[in-house]
Amino acid sequence: MENKKERQHSRPLAPDLQTYRPTLTMTMSIVHRATGIVLYVGFVGMAAWLTTLATGPRAYETMQRILGSWVGLAVLFVFTWAILHHAFGGIRHLIWDLSIAHTYPWREYLTRATLAASLACAVLFWIALLWTGGHPS
Amino acid sequence: MKSFLPLNWGVETGSKIARGRIWSAKDTEGSFRTLEIYRYDPDTGSGPRLDTYLIDLSDCGPMVLDALIKIKNEIDPTLTFRRSCREGVCGSCSMNIGGRNWLACTQAMDDIDGPIRIFPLSHMRVVKDLVIDQSHLFDQHKLIQPWLQTEGPDPERERLQSPEERAKLDGLYECILCFSCTSGCPSYWWNGDRYLGPAVLLNAYRWLVDSRDEATGKRLDELEDPFRLYRCHTIMNCTKTCPKGLEPAKAIAKIKAMLVARQQ
Repeated sequence: MENKKERQHSRPLAPDLQTYRPTLTMTMSIVHRATGIVLYVGFVGMAAWLTTLATGPRAYETMQRILGSWVGLAVLFVFTWAILHHAFGGIRHLIWDLSIAHTYPWREYLTRATLAASLACAVLFWIALLWTGGHPS
Repeated sequence: MKSFLPLNWGVETGSKIARGRIWSAKDTEGSFRTLEIYRYDPDTGSGPRLDTYLIDLSDCGPMVLDALIKIKNEIDPTLTFRRSCREGVCGSCSMNIGGRNWLACTQAMDDIDGPIRIFPLSHMRVVKDLVIDQSHLFDQHKLIQPWLQTEGPDPERERLQSPEERAKLDGLYECILCFSCTSGCPSYWWNGDRYLGPAVLLNAYRWLVDSRDEATGKRLDELEDPFRLYRCHTIMNCTKTCPKGLEPAKAIAKIKAMLVARQQ
């Protein structure tokens, strides 16, 4: 006779991500995690920048040149967006934790709003930064 | 986008879905609908497959369950699925239809574009075809002790509730334990061995807010656990996929709030 445990284990697992239609809130949950990882790596980069600052003018200059290139600026833009998006995502979760905006369509409006707000704020931040040349008066 | 991953991507060998056979409709007149249905027979020794059925819509009810019953009656009697009430109150026929978990009996075929793809509830062990192994789900339901608990002697008559106290159970008592939500929860997919999942937690909250229940503290102690409760990351698939229109994510948020409140 077949062992019950064995039989249960031999049962196939029904597909999940292979068949489940992506939902907006699930997608943004993944984005929230992804931005969290970006922040993790980004702060390592920030530490590297501070290290070059402490090391001396030559190292700092090299780092500034890398960050000032188009690729560097693009990475910095993504980093600022990731910070803002993760922060707005945190506020979204705070609102949901208060049992607000669970009902359709409000939960989806809220989710879209965090994405729109993070993109808008990141763009505004960089416009302001480039406008003032990094020297706020 | 239909799904994040293509079919069979990253799937363990015994769960890979092969292309199955095509069952054409008996006669060729009228309008037809294509259904692609997950099949698995534990007695054959071979793995799951996806069979294609063509059904004549002129002689079929409007719901997906009507189509399944028609297939079983007229085309392929070996097709296996759970069903009972056929009107959304028993919770037996929950399955993954067109990429979301729903009751086959309340899912209109007209609301789905193209071929209707039907799988067992996501990330569940399959007993046969669309029938999943529910034993772990019901063990978890048992863990929250879903019955009225009181201290002291029983009263002479019924335990009364004010209309306001009774109203707190609305949106909770309607749960039919179809487990569409639990099976739609990515957090449950990855941690279902220890995370209780939205259906069980909604039922836990149903007893936490019941004015007649006196075991609130004990119930909260049982739930205060990094896995049982706090694996909920408010992904919200549960609320979106509930065929009864309930809000499990909100019930879970309220349990979390109760745990914070009692620390004050």
